Amino acid sequence: MVAPAIDRRGFLRVSFAAASGLLVSLYLEPNVLGQEAPMPQQQAKVYPPEAFVNIRPDGKIVIQVNRLEFGQGVQTSLPMVLADEMDADWTNVIAELAPAADVYKDPLFGIQIVGGSGSIAHSFTQYRELGAKTRAMLVAAAADRWNTTPDKCRTEASVVHGPGGQTATYAELAADAAHKPVPAKVNLKSATEFKLVGKRVKRLDSRPKCNGSLKFGLDLDLPGMKVAVVAHPPVFGGRVKRIVDDEARRVEGVRDVFEIPLAKGTGVAIVADKFWPAKQARSRLKIDWDLTGVEQPDSSELWTRYRQLGNTAGLVAVNRGDANAFDKIAAGDRIVAEYEFPFLAHTPMEPLNTTVRFDGDRAEAWAGSQFQTVDQMAVAEVLGLKPAQVTFHTEMAGGGFGRRAVTDSHIQREAAVIAKRLRGTPVKLVWTREDDVQGGYYRPMHYHRVEVGIGPDGLPAAWRHVVVGQSLLMGTPFESFAVKNGIDETAIEGTSDTHYSIPNMHLSVHHPKVNVPVLWWRSVGHTHNAFVMETLIDELATRARMDPIAYRRKLLKPDAKKLIGPLDLLDKATAAWRNKLARGHALGVSCHESFGTGVACAVDVSIDNKRPRIHRATIAVDCGIAVNPLSVESQFQAGIGFGLTQLVPKGAITLKNGTVEQRNFDGYAPPYIIDTPMTVDVHIVPSTEAPTGCGEPPVPVISPAVVNALARLTSKRYRTLPLVSV
Amino acid sequence: MATYQLNINGERREVTVDPSTPLLWVLREDLKMTGTKFGCGISACGACTVHVGGVATRSCIVPISHVGDRPVVTIEAMSADPVGRVVQNAWVEEDVVQCGYCQSGQIMAAVALLKHTPRPTEQNIEESMGGNLCRCGTYPRIRAAIKTAATQLTKGDA
Repeated sequence: MVAPAIDRRGFLRVSFAAASGLLVSLYLEPNVLGQEAPMPQQQAKVYPPEAFVNIRPDGKIVIQVNRLEFGQGVQTSLPMVLADEMDADWTNVIAELAPAADVYKDPLFGIQIVGGSGSIAHSFTQYRELGAKTRAMLVAAAADRWNTTPDKCRTEASVVHGPGGQTATYAELAADAAHKPVPAKVNLKSATEFKLVGKRVKRLDSRPKCNGSLKFGLDLDLPGMKVAVVAHPPVFGGRVKRIVDDEARRVEGVRDVFEIPLAKGTGVAIVADKFWPAKQARSRLKIDWDLTGVEQPDSSELWTRYRQLGNTAGLVAVNRGDANAFDKIAAGDRIVAEYEFPFLAHTPMEPLNTTVRFDGDRAEAWAGSQFQTVDQMAVAEVLGLKPAQVTFHTEMAGGGFGRRAVTDSHIQREAAVIAKRLRGTPVKLVWTREDDVQGGYYRPMHYHRVEVGIGPDGLPAAWRHVVVGQSLLMGTPFESFAVKNGIDETAIEGTSDTHYSIPNMHLSVHHPKVNVPVLWWRSVGHTHNAFVMETLIDELATRARMDPIAYRRKLLKPDAKKLIGPLDLLDKATAAWRNKLARGHALGVSCHESFGTGVACAVDVSIDNKRPRIHRATIAVDCGIAVNPLSVESQFQAGIGFGLTQLVPKGAITLKNGTVEQRNFDGYAPPYIIDTPMTVDVHIVPSTEAPTGCGEPPVPVISPAVVNALARLTSKRYRTLPLVSV
Repeated sequence: MATYQLNINGERREVTVDPSTPLLWVLREDLKMTGTKFGCGISACGACTVHVGGVATRSCIVPISHVGDRPVVTIEAMSADPVGRVVQNAWVEEDVVQCGYCQSGQIMAAVALLKHTPRPTEQNIEESMGGNLCRCGTYPRIRAAIKTAATQLTKGDA
C-alpha cells in the first residue's frame, strides 16, 4: 500500500480564535482527480474554522471528522486515533462531521470521499500526527509557563504535568499553544503506549440515535423551507413531451410544477410546502414521455446477450501459463459453470435527499454525501458559482453503501436546479423509496462463464474465465485510475488478483453498453467475483474429498498472509462446533481478501421452508491494527447481513421494456432479521501492520459460504442469483 | 383541510392538515418530531414505527383522520418510559447502532414486544422484529440488546 502523502505535502497551520481555543489545520496541496480543474482553496471565513481540533475553554475537545459517517463508525474511530496521540480525555471528546473543504480531502484520493474502505487506512497516520503535533504544542506552552523544557513534562487525560508537580489543563494552555510553532516532526506512540487505539470503544453517536434526537439530512428543517419531489421518466433518458398539471396544482400546499433537466433526459419537479402535498401532487400529474431513440433494456434480452458474449473470449485481463490447458483435461475432470448476478439497488434506509439554498452570489447545501468535493462542484456548476461559493454541510446519513458517492452527482444537481428557480428559498429534494428503487445506479448485472480443469492432485490445473458486465468507471473521472486497456478493473477484482495458485489462467472481459446507470455497491466487483471463486473452490474441495478449510490452505499461495492468518484462526475458532452440527445442518466456508483485508467465514446452515436458515456465522479477519475492535466486530456482524442482499429471493432489480419492475421494499426486499445469522462471532488476527478497511470486506464472504453449505445439504450448485428457492 | 386533536406522548396537540396525511408526516413536518423516520411509505420497513393505542404501528400508512383519540407514543417519549429507557440503555450498552436511521423504529418495536412479552423467545423476537428492516444489518446486536433489556426488566421477578 502507498503511504499517505501528508509528510511530503502537508503542513499545519495554527490560528487562535479567542472564543474557541486552539485550532490545528492540516493543509494539503490540491491533488486533483483526472483532468478536472484544480479546486480553489476555500476561504476560511466562508466556512466554520478549517480545523481538526478545537480545544474549547470548557475543556471539551471537538475533533473534525474528514468524511461522512453513515454507520461505518469512523466518527468514533478517527477521533480515537487523534485523541490517543494527543493524550486527550476521551470523555470530553466531541466528534463533528467536517463540511466540504480542501483541508478535509482524503490524503490518498485527493478528494473528500468515503470509498474503497479507506477511511481508517488513509487517515490513520494523518490523525495520529495531528494529535501528536497538537500535544507537542500544548506541552511547549506548558514548558514555557514553568520555565522548563518539554521533555521534562508529561501528559495524561488533557492535562500537562510539569517536573515540579505543576499541572495545567489543555483548555488553560490552548491560547498559548496556538502561538507555538507547529513541529515539523513528532514522535508517534509505540503500539504498547496506545490508550484508545486497539481498545473496544463504544460509539459516540449511540445515544442520540437511540432517542430520536440525531438529525439526519432528511430531518433538516430550515425557516421557509420547501420540499420538492421529481417525476422521473419511466425509461432512463426519457424526456417530457407534455405535462398536464391542473390536478397536481390544485393540491393544497403545492407551489410550483416545472420541467427540469436530469442526468439523463428530463423530469418534472413539484415544489410544495411539505412532503405529503408534493407526493400527492406527483401522483396526480399526467406526463406524456418522449422515448424516441431511447434504448429500452429488458432483463431477459440482456441475459441472452450476456450469455452469447460469455461464450467468446473478451479483452484479455490475465493470460498465465497455457491459455488452452483446459482443452487438454479429460471431460470427467472438468467443471463448466455459468453464473448470473442481477442488478442490485443499494436502498440505504434514509431515502436520498439534498437541501440547497441559492442566494445569487453564494449558496448553501446540506447532504449526507460520501463525495463532498464532487457534489459541491456539481452544485456550484448548476448555479454558475465557484465551489468556494457553495457552503457544503456534511449531514449524518442513514446508510449509503456507495449510493451517496455518484460521479454525476445527480441528486445534488436536481436539488440545485430546483433551488436556482426558487432563489432565496431553501429547497429539500426528497427521492421517495420508489424513486430510489427505480432510479438506477445499481450494482451492474454480471454473467460469468468459467471452465475449470482439475489436475490429478485435485487442484485446479486450468482456469478459463469470461466476465460480462457494464463498466462502472468508463466515462467517469475515475476512468484513468482503474480502466486499463479497455478493462474496468473493478469488474474482475477478486479474480484477476486471486491468491489461489492457479498455474494456467485465462481471464477475459466484455463490457456491454446498456441504458441502465450503474454504480459501485459495497465491496464493488468483489460481490460477484468472490461468489464465483469461492463456490468453485468449494466444489473442487468437495470433489477432492478435502476439508474446505484445509483445501483452501493448500491452494493459497504462501504469500497470501492476509488470508492464511484468518483461515488458521477460523479453523481454531470453529473447532468447537463445525464437526458437531445438528442433523439437517451443514457447514459452509469461504474466504476472500478485499481492500487489503483478509476474511474467512464459516456458517452453520439448515433449510427451512426452502430458504437457508443461518444458525451461526464465525468470522476471522486480518485488518492490520484493529483501531477499534468493537467497531470491527460490529462491521463484520452486520456487514455480512448486508452481503445477504445477494441471496434473498427478492434481491434483484429487473427491467421490462426499459422500465424497472420493482417499486419499493415489497418487490425489492433486502434481508430482514430472519434472513441473517442468529449469532455472529468475530475473531481478529493480532497484528502490528498498518490498518486496512472493514467497511466492505464483510460483504463478499457470506453468500458463497451459505450456498456452499446448501450444496452439502442438497448436492446442488447455486449459480444464479437471487436464490429464489433452495 | 381539517383540524385534529391528537394525544401525542401524553400531550394534547392540534393540527390542521389534509385528512389523507399519514401520521408520520404530521409528526415529522407539522409537529417537528423527526425521531420517527420515513423509510418506504408502504409499511414495509418499520422505520416509522410508533405506538398507537399501545400497539406498534407503521405511521406511514395511517391517515391522520384514522387516529382519533387513541394515544400516540413516539421515540421521543422513550427516555421517560420505564421500558423504553431500559431498552435504550441496552441498545447503547450493546453498541447496536450503525447508521442509526432504522433504530427509532427498532426500539419502538422492541419496547412493544417487551411490554407484552417480558421474556421473549428467539421466535418472539423474530416475529415482533420481523418487519423492521436494517440495511446495515445490525440484527445480531438487536437480538442481544433485546435479551439484555429483558433480563434487566425481569430482574427480581419470580
